Amino acid sequence: MVQTDLRALRLVHLYPDLLNLYGDRGNIITLLRRCEWRGIPLAVERVSLNDRFAFADADLVFMGGGSDREQTLLFRDFQQHKGPALVEAAEAGLPLLSVCGGYQLLGRYYRTHTGEEMPGLGLFDAWTEAGSTRLIGNVVAEAPFLGEGVGLVGFENHSGRTFLGDRGGIRPLAQVVAGHGNNGKDKGEGAVYKNAIGTYLHGPVLPKNPALADWLLARALERRYGDGSLTPLADHWERTAHDSVARRFASR
Amino acid sequence: MLYSPRMLAGLWAGKTAIWLNRRIGHGGTSFPGGLGRRIAPGLLSALAAQLKQGAMVITGTNGKTTTSKMLAEMIAASKLTLTHNRAGANLVGGITAAFIESASIGGSIGSDLGVIEVDEATIPQLVREVRPRGVVVTNFFRDQLDRFGELDKTVTLVEEALALLPPQSVAILNADDPLVASIGRRYRGRVLYFGIDDRSYGSREMTQSAETRFCRLCGHPLAYDWFFFGQLGHYRCVHCGFERPQPKIRVSAIELKGEEGSAFTVNAPQGNWRVELSTPGFYNIYNALAATAAALRLDLPEPSIRAGLQGYRTNFGRMERLELDDGRRAFLALIKNPTGCDEVLRTLTQNRGPKRLLVIINDNAADGRDISWLWDADFEALAPVLPELRSISTSGLRGEDMALRLHYAGVPADAISYEPDISHAIAAALEMTSPEETLYILPTYTALLESKTALANLGHSPRYWEE
Repeated sequence: MVQTDLRALRLVHLYPDLLNLYGDRGNIITLLRRCEWRGIPLAVERVSLNDRFAFADADLVFMGGGSDREQTLLFRDFQQHKGPALVEAAEAGLPLLSVCGGYQLLGRYYRTHTGEEMPGLGLFDAWTEAGSTRLIGNVVAEAPFLGEGVGLVGFENHSGRTFLGDRGGIRPLAQVVAGHGNNGKDKGEGAVYKNAIGTYLHGPVLPKNPALADWLLARALERRYGDGSLTPLADHWERTAHDSVARRFASR
Repeated sequence: MLYSPRMLAGLWAGKTAIWLNRRIGHGGTSFPGGLGRRIAPGLLSALAAQLKQGAMVITGTNGKTTTSKMLAEMIAASKLTLTHNRAGANLVGGITAAFIESASIGGSIGSDLGVIEVDEATIPQLVREVRPRGVVVTNFFRDQLDRFGELDKTVTLVEEALALLPPQSVAILNADDPLVASIGRRYRGRVLYFGIDDRSYGSREMTQSAETRFCRLCGHPLAYDWFFFGQLGHYRCVHCGFERPQPKIRVSAIELKGEEGSAFTVNAPQGNWRVELSTPGFYNIYNALAATAAALRLDLPEPSIRAGLQGYRTNFGRMERLELDDGRRAFLALIKNPTGCDEVLRTLTQNRGPKRLLVIINDNAADGRDISWLWDADFEALAPVLPELRSISTSGLRGEDMALRLHYAGVPADAISYEPDISHAIAAALEMTSPEETLYILPTYTALLESKTALANLGHSPRYWEE
């Protein structure tokens, strides 16, 4: 019997109809189930083009990745309406998960092949340069900030190379053991800045990395209720699937 | 006839490689074609140019193999001869191999027609080498994004290939898929649209697997009156006026009969006729419709079209029924991308009664290395039949991922079992299945090949394995 937890949360899914590549809706399914199993009511709000939304009411934000075409469709809407408010809320500690295209949009800029710079929102002190090849494949990484010995696994598929600056204590989310990560050079994968996370990991990232899912939920609960405690879950298949990928690909 | 010595050398090398492949029992079908092309790069062009009535090309994400096999049946029913890459090897090497095999030792192709199933990424090259009489585009869905990059690129690739078609050629397009129909809007040659008018199946709500709800031409949201599945339906763009084209070849009065198949009426300028299809699944009605449109373009007579569809037997692994003893039943259905998988799940949930489920997921190159799509597929649709599911198991290289997916789709963790070895998993599932129960085996592509071997070793060959 699941006890009802009174700590209700509100999750905002940004541009769900445009940023929906590579199974990223699995991240929403994961957050919903992990709350449901603990009796925490989680409401998901889908916010897209032309919707008005005040991020002060949100406890958690998710932004996926999209194709170039669909990212162009939302670019102006995001720059003008939602982006600045989202950055303000994230600066104030709003937990946020951004994957691939969403991660790039929240950096300072994206430089195309022709040298043109598309400005980003600048939440992350990070910039992305177009690469000539796509970085594709399974990723195994170590993420000590989630706990001792905790790793991340996922699948990356991106042509942009992202580099991190040093403003505000931004740091890589994980260190790559196998795979390319942010840029294929410095072993860094993703970024953490305050409670905001950027990553190139699809898979989707949260189902097989429950420590990351719970980190986001704990930050959200802590911020809203001052109590980020979470009932542990058995996580049988979560661990089995995670370990299987880590075993298979870490040695390559 | 091929007159150049180089062409003949290419042809004979290819033929030798096919013979050798057979001798050593190797199933690979693209190597002989690649070899022939290395010796004589113009080989495919030279062979295809001899087809008496030209070639029909079939591309798109889902339904290529089924559509081309249905068309091949219709052509056979018209007593015409055919060159066809029947084994589904749809890259340029496999297609060339099919022509090498079909040619005489002197290099002549005696066939009346060619039916060529083509991978989306290969179509520009193919259109240049084989100047087809028509190209059928079935639909666009995400599939193997690790290979293709983004879906938009695939659509653009096909659009650019169509621009290379000879002027007398026809683009045969699915009117109900806005991604496909948008190509017709800008295409300067002749277009023939097919589509489903009947709204007794589908819904007013968009399902999760839709690729886009935005107009490919202007970027504004599309308004839909009806969805069949994914982004397929009746739509229009309020902003730029792009809308579902009125199809010339249509389907009405659909009757779905569960695992027995379906019946529907085809409405065409050539007349109206009733079709009985023994292959289950709503999506197979689209395949039958695409094949019908291609056949009408080739001027095949209506009786042959009907006979071809009626005589069509389920393609390898496309919802295939296995014959078991004691009234037990088993189905084998390939799953490889979210939309195809959703349609298989839809068929499964429509069939009531006690059942068992075995999902086998591999991530070999031919399956796609990225299995994120499991989360785009709507396994939550299993919820209503969970009480009927007596067992749920997974297998394959990514069987643990599949178990995790099912757990998050609402299956209790301890109700799922995982067996890494595919043949053991199949043997165990068959063992458990008792009279009156139906076992559903859902493998990805390479897992399907392994499943076939495992089933044959257990003495359960399905009725219709051809290759």
